[in-house]
Amino acid sequence: MLFKKPQIQYYPYIVQRDDYRCVRCLGCVEQCSYDATFYDEELDMLWNKHEACVGCKRCEAMCPTDALKIIPNPSRPYEHQSWKWDLVMDAYLQANTGSIIITGIGNDKPYRVSFDHLLLDACQVTNPSIDPLREPMELRTFLGRKVQKIELAEAEGGNITLKTRLAPQLQLETPIMFSAMSYGAINLNFQESMARAAVRLGTYWNTGEGGLHKRLYPYVNSGIVQVASGRFGVSRDYLKVAAAAEIKIGQGAKPGIGGHLPGEKVNPDIAETRMIPPGSDAISPAPHHDIYSIEDLRQLIYAIKETTRYEKPVFVKIAAVHNVAAIASGIARAGADVIVIDGFRGGTGAAPKSVRDHIGIPVEVAIAAVDRRLRAEGIRNEVSIVATGGIRSSADVIKIIALGADAIYIATAAMLAVGCTLCQTCNTGRCAWGITTNDPRLARRQNPDIASEQLYNLVRGWSHEMKEMLGAMGINSIESLKGNRLRLRSIGLTEKESEILGVLPAGE
Amino acid sequence: MKTVKLEETAVEIDASSVYYRDLNDEINMAVNEGAKHLIIRNVNGQRYIGAGLQGDDIRIDIHGVPGNDMAVFMDGPTIEVFDNAQDGVGNTMNAGNVYVHGHAGDVCGYGMRGGRLYVLGDVGYRVGIHMKAYKEKTPILIVGGTAGHFLGEYMAGGIIVLLGMERRPGQPVAGDYLGTGMHGGTIFVRGEVDSRRVGKEVGIEKPDDAEYKMLKKELSEFAGVFHLNYDDIVSVPFVKLYPKTHRPYGPLYNARWYWQRGG
Ligand code: SF4
Ligand code: SF4
Repeated sequence: MLFKKPQIQYYPYIVQRDDYRCVRCLGCVEQCSYDATFYDEELDMLWNKHEACVGCKRCEAMCPTDALKIIPNPSRPYEHQSWKWDLVMDAYLQANTGSIIITGIGNDKPYRVSFDHLLLDACQVTNPSIDPLREPMELRTFLGRKVQKIELAEAEGGNITLKTRLAPQLQLETPIMFSAMSYGAINLNFQESMARAAVRLGTYWNTGEGGLHKRLYPYVNSGIVQVASGRFGVSRDYLKVAAAAEIKIGQGAKPGIGGHLPGEKVNPDIAETRMIPPGSDAISPAPHHDIYSIEDLRQLIYAIKETTRYEKPVFVKIAAVHNVAAIASGIARAGADVIVIDGFRGGTGAAPKSVRDHIGIPVEVAIAAVDRRLRAEGIRNEVSIVATGGIRSSADVIKIIALGADAIYIATAAMLAVGCTLCQTCNTGRCAWGITTNDPRLARRQNPDIASEQLYNLVRGWSHEMKEMLGAMGINSIESLKGNRLRLRSIGLTEKESEILGVLPAGE
Repeated sequence: MKTVKLEETAVEIDASSVYYRDLNDEINMAVNEGAKHLIIRNVNGQRYIGAGLQGDDIRIDIHGVPGNDMAVFMDGPTIEVFDNAQDGVGNTMNAGNVYVHGHAGDVCGYGMRGGRLYVLGDVGYRVGIHMKAYKEKTPILIVGGTAGHFLGEYMAGGIIVLLGMERRPGQPVAGDYLGTGMHGGTIFVRGEVDSRRVGKEVGIEKPDDAEYKMLKKELSEFAGVFHLNYDDIVSVPFVKLYPKTHRPYGPLYNARWYWQRGG
């Protein structure tokens, strides 16, 4: 019998080491959290177990003499057009284990990205473009239910007062927020970095479904707290202290699937924040078992509104699925102030690969469909729309707002800002960049002072670019771009695809 | 709505034909002004009574049938309902007591983290789902009658006691899928339970002495609240349902690359 099953020796990466450059600092041994690098004292040699390398490039980034390169293993099976490499490897893995394959980050399959087939307009001759560096340009956005009309009353002494009761609003200085990532899936250093950056940027961060750690109380005025099916850490105080509450129905990376933080990751601190005993599995069932209908959803929305005395907006987050427009219409009618639509390219700490890669629809299409539907029903003003899941740049933000979103959430982009290399092994809890791990040794790699600066820079850069693009279009406020599909043209999309997005083809 | 101040800290509210938002505004106002004992009469389906209310010394008596999500996110008060209650009683409750003298509906005690929920009569489907314990908090749900399907589904902590009293002959004490997905906490059933109805993750055995001691203490309180004969309740032995593992789904998953497991 063979000493190990033959399939194991195929692996995706090779750690190429230039021994002339290597000074034996052993930094790479220290940095690799996947046990792929070791030092042989007797030979004074550094070695790699290529088969353990996940391609996170941490060692490469940290090597002081640039002696390392992580390269794709040139030895691959025959490049079969139908049997892609990952499908072959999955088949091998499942033949050996019989289990569900779990992965992290978002869908990496080459489905069409409509963003890359949309072009923006600009002013020429007939109306002037605006220079955002010298002229006023507003990105400020308000999220929440808007009234159809306002009534004024005249008080004594001729003062005009507002008679209409306005719904609570969140004020964003830029329409970019940090998306829900729970303490447990990520560590507190990274969560704190987002919280700090959000405060500095005048926008919001989101606790995810893992509760609110006491270290983050100072940032809670800019925090959105999540209520998911597991109800971890959800209490009266949690709802009352935050800026808004978000009911999580679904997530773009795994529509229809619940969450599961395995017991070994539930350390005492995470347990306290989630309000569960240490070491116990934190299971979020796929549905909220008190929500089987729009009426039931309304009940939870109003339970939160009652608890917060109608002072906070309530968000409802769903995954973008085939029927998203009709569902969003139901959610608007159920009383949500903000609907969050998470596209199928959204990231995750852990999801079955089969689900991540094959369920849901792109966020561009979903937002266009939801916006159109709500406008057709005359209720678009009653709810704000937040897009997330697959937004990669300032241009994507501008395009999705033109397709009908009010604001967006970023998560993968935020992780990239602090070092993530998309190695897709967040589920292992060994992230060498210290992002999706709670190993204290690794979590230290995220320093909130530095990481919050990186996040601030990213959003600041995007915001400036958005102002440039708005200026080019002759628009001086992001409000005026909302749902303004006339400023978009499609290129290389079918007629039907353009029709669904509501945009004309380039040239028309 | 008529609110009458009975004494310094007690008020009586007449809820007939009052919209739920107005009723809850009134309750919150009374509590903010220092009321400790609220007697609410003619309640007729108003939702969210006691939502997010805080204060161990607050007592609310409800006459009539309160609507869904009573005591949702509640943190401390005691609510006594002298009639039936509807769905979602004690949803994600943190602390406090809820006593229902009649039946209660579906999904009561969802995600409850602490406090006591006593129902004298029967409860509906999916009750006690995802109850959890936390530090010194152990939520306790006692049902005098029977329960529908999915009692204690996903249960992660706390205690459910099902007494099944006043049953019709042949009527089962609980529906199907009892404790499905349970990974923490304990369910005690008075009498026998049909193993066919119990989730496959759940073990059945006799309670030990310490558990009997705890049960007896809780049941004497339950008997006290509803003026029942305690000896009758404990005259029948109990069985205990417990999760066979705290990691029911552990072996089902594998990292994307085989070698990440050290394989
Ligand atoms: S640090 Fe990352 S890239 Fe370097 S050997 Fe380890 S797993 Fe591979
Ligand atoms: S967060 Fe870490 S583990 Fe996840 S993809 Fe990025 S670098 Fe890899």
